[in-house]
Amino acid sequence: MGYHWDWAVLFRAVPTGETTYLAWMLSGLQMTVMLSLSAWAMALVVGSLMGVLRTVPNRWLARLAAGYVEVFRNIPLLVQLFIWYFVLPELLPPALGTGFKQMHPVAQQFLASMVCLGFFTSARVCEQVRAGIQSLPRGQMHAALALGLTLPQAYRHVLVPMAFRLIVPPLTSEFLNIFKNSAVCSTIGLLELAAQGRQLVDYTAQPYESFIAVTLLYLMLNAIVMLGMRQVEKRARVPGYIGSGK
Amino acid sequence: MYDFDWSSIPGALPFLWEGMKISLEITLVAVIVGILWGTLLALMRLSGISPLAYFAAGYVNLFRSIPLVMVLLWFFLIVPQFMQAVLGLAPTADTRLVSAMMGFALFESAYYAEIIRAGIQSVPKGQVAAAYALGMTYGQAMRLVVLPQAFRNMLPLLLTQAIILFQDTSLVYVSALADFFGAAYKVGDRDGRLVELLLFAGAVYFVLCYGASYAVKRLQRRVSA
Repeated sequence: MGYHWDWAVLFRAVPTGETTYLAWMLSGLQMTVMLSLSAWAMALVVGSLMGVLRTVPNRWLARLAAGYVEVFRNIPLLVQLFIWYFVLPELLPPALGTGFKQMHPVAQQFLASMVCLGFFTSARVCEQVRAGIQSLPRGQMHAALALGLTLPQAYRHVLVPMAFRLIVPPLTSEFLNIFKNSAVCSTIGLLELAAQGRQLVDYTAQPYESFIAVTLLYLMLNAIVMLGMRQVEKRARVPGYIGSGK
Repeated sequence: MYDFDWSSIPGALPFLWEGMKISLEITLVAVIVGILWGTLLALMRLSGISPLAYFAAGYVNLFRSIPLVMVLLWFFLIVPQFMQAVLGLAPTADTRLVSAMMGFALFESAYYAEIIRAGIQSVPKGQVAAAYALGMTYGQAMRLVVLPQAFRNMLPLLLTQAIILFQDTSLVYVSALADFFGAAYKVGDRDGRLVELLLFAGAVYFVLCYGASYAVKRLQRRVSA
C-alpha cells in the first residue's frame, strides 16, 4: 500500500538530540518491568493475606475477604486506575492529598499505577491462594493443630507453604497478566512501553516500525517470564502430586 | 473534606446511555464473532492436521501474549487504512467503532478458543467412539454429539469471559471513542466533576458485572446439578 519502511528511524536521534528513539523505547521497557515487578510483589503479599482470610473459620473475616475480591474483580482495570489517580487524592485528608500532588509527576503516575495493579492482581492471587489452601487434605490442618500449633502457626508453617507450591502454575499466568495489564497505565501518561510506542508514532510518523518493535519487546518479556517460571515450577513441585498438582 | 456535587449526572444520563450502547454493541459483536471463530480455532487445533493445528496454536499464543491495549492500537492503525484501500472509504470516515469491534472480536477469539478446546476435551472419548460406531462422520459427531455437550459444560465460562470482555471494552478510551466510560470521562472533564463521574462509572460497572456474575454462578449450579 505504498508504505515507506524505514527501520533506521529507531537509531535516529530524538529532537532534543541527547539520545535515540531506541533508547526511549528501552526506557519504556524498563518502566514496564519496574512497574510490573513492584506491583507483583505487592499483589503477592496482599493476595496471600486475603487468601488466608478467605479460609479462616471466622465467618465475618471470610466475608470481608470475599467482598474485597468482588470489588476488584467487577470494576474495569481502567476505571480503577483513574479512581486511584484522579479521585483518591481528592478524597484523602488534605495533608496527604496535597503531598501526593506535590510529588514529581512521574512518581505520582508510577505510585498510582503500582497501587492499582497491585490491588487488582491481589484479588486474583487471593482466589488462587484460597483454592490452594482448600485443595489441601483437611488432615494437614488437623495434624498441625493436634501437634499444638496455634491457628496462625498452622497457616504459617503448614498450610500456606504447601498451598504456594501447588499454585505456581496459575500464579504464572497471573504474573504474565500483570505485564500485559501494565500497558493500561499508559492512559494516565506513564511512559511505559506501550506509551513510548505511541510517542514514537507522534514524533517519527513511522507507526509500523514502532508498533512492531513494541510488540516484539512484549513477546520477549512474555517468553522470559515463562521460561523463568518454568524453573520455579520445577523446583516447587511437590513429590507425590501429579505434574503441577492441579 | 471534598465537596461532592452530583448535579451534573442527571442531565448527562442520555449521553451516558449512548455510550453504554456502544459498550454493549462492542461486547455483543465480540462475543458472537469470538465464539464462532474461537470454535473454529479450537477444532483446527484438535484436528490432528498439523498445518491447521500450528496455525491455530500460533494465533492463540500470539494474541494471548500481547497486551489488549497494544492489540487495540494495532487495529486502530490498520483497519482504517485497510478499509480505505479495499472499500474505497473516505479518509475522513469514522472507523473507530468498526476497528474496535474487529480488534476485540479477533483478540477474544484466542481466549474463547482455549475455553472451547478445554470444553471439547472434557467430553468423554466413549461419546465420540459411540458416534462413529453409529456410522456418523467426523463432522456429524462433532456437530450432533460433542459440541452440544461441550457448550453445555462451558456455558458458565463463556459467560464469565463475556463479563470480562464487557469490562475490557472500557479500553477503547485509547481511541477517544465515547463508550460508557469515555462518555463519563468527557462529562466529568467538561463540568470539572471528574471525581463524581468516575465514581459513578465505577459503581455502574460494579453493579452490572456483580449482578451478571451472580447470575452466572446460579446458572452454573443448575447446569452442574
